[in-house]
Amino acid sequence: MFEMISNWVAAFLTLCIFSFLYKDNPFYKFAEYLFIGVTAGYTIPLTWEMAFIPYVYRPLFLQHKFILLIPAFIGILYIFTFNRKLNWLSRYPIAFGMGMVGMGVPLSMHASVLVQMRGAMIPIENINALLVFIGTITILLYFYFSKAHTGAYGKIVKVGIWYMMIGFGASFGYTVMARISLLIGRVQFLVADVLHIIK
Amino acid sequence: MKRSIPLAIVITLGFLFVGYVFIPHKISTDFYEWYMEWIKAMSPFGVVLGIMSIVMTHSARIQHKVPNWQYSIVTLIAMFFTAYAGFAWGTQEGTPFMWLFKNVQMPMGATMFALLAFYIASASYKAFRARSAEATVLLLAAIIVMLGQVPVGVSMFGEGINDITHWILNVPNLASKRGIALGVGLGMVATSLRILLGIERTYLGGGE
Repeated sequence: MFEMISNWVAAFLTLCIFSFLYKDNPFYKFAEYLFIGVTAGYTIPLTWEMAFIPYVYRPLFLQHKFILLIPAFIGILYIFTFNRKLNWLSRYPIAFGMGMVGMGVPLSMHASVLVQMRGAMIPIENINALLVFIGTITILLYFYFSKAHTGAYGKIVKVGIWYMMIGFGASFGYTVMARISLLIGRVQFLVADVLHIIK
Repeated sequence: MKRSIPLAIVITLGFLFVGYVFIPHKISTDFYEWYMEWIKAMSPFGVVLGIMSIVMTHSARIQHKVPNWQYSIVTLIAMFFTAYAGFAWGTQEGTPFMWLFKNVQMPMGATMFALLAFYIASASYKAFRARSAEATVLLLAAIIVMLGQVPVGVSMFGEGINDITHWILNVPNLASKRGIALGVGLGMVATSLRILLGIERTYLGGGE
């Protein structure tokens, strides 16, 4: 009985969201605002349990690491964002978090640039390796905006655009598949778990 | 002073982090551990900021009776009740908090994303209507990749569709992703350097 009620609640909310396919309506709006509220509410106890207790309460009150009062105090400064006169205080926790950007310079260079360059610098032994090489070069040329994309250069850049379109198409295909899978999941829930039409 | 001290913190910490990556020494490891301990102690207050923002936005909507203000009551009640459920009965399996997650939050989240299946279909239609060579290439690649992932594709076109899908993913798609990754990587390095050197300061916000 309890499971049936739970399923009907979930089914009602699922249909409320699907009703947007017809047009924006009060049922969809209700579900949309409820979703925001429940999601926000969900983060509060989890943050308490997974962040506040282990990283603030336990070290401070059980392990007596009173030095952590400083970052806790800096963290509290976040809420001054809403105060017009004192909102400059919220820059301190933001600045402390932004400090990590220093790690981003060498790590981005390594992960996104050097690793990709290493992957690109292989002997061109077959037609596929040549096609990958041409694609990489032409796409990089496309992103070089200091030269106008006209004439022979424009034609080379056009090849890069075609490569990117194939790449976007592949990503698009995967996205469609993922969304369709979710849709099948929801329809299966409605038809099998709620209406028991299929087993 | 209101801007220069936070800026100095960013620049100092930034260069210390550059040092941490390049210098494998106990001092740099200790610095990293100290930083992580402090940033973790600060993190819960970021969530407080988010929750305060939701409460203030929706309270203002209710107070000023803006169009559809009634739904803001739903958001606030749902948020406080879910949080109360978590604190009062715990967050383990079988509690009202998990019931809300499984029967309210999760179905709605999945359906929201499932809705996109329909809008993606309409986007494909619009792209086809554009009738440009690039749009056609994009859609052809998408259709082949999709057909290569499902049994119906193989039954319609044979095993060859799988080979074409793999070729698309491993050759032109790889070149595309690599070119874009290189561009994104260089962009990230440039942006990080701008922040590190104090050229980019928009994260400090407006005002004095």
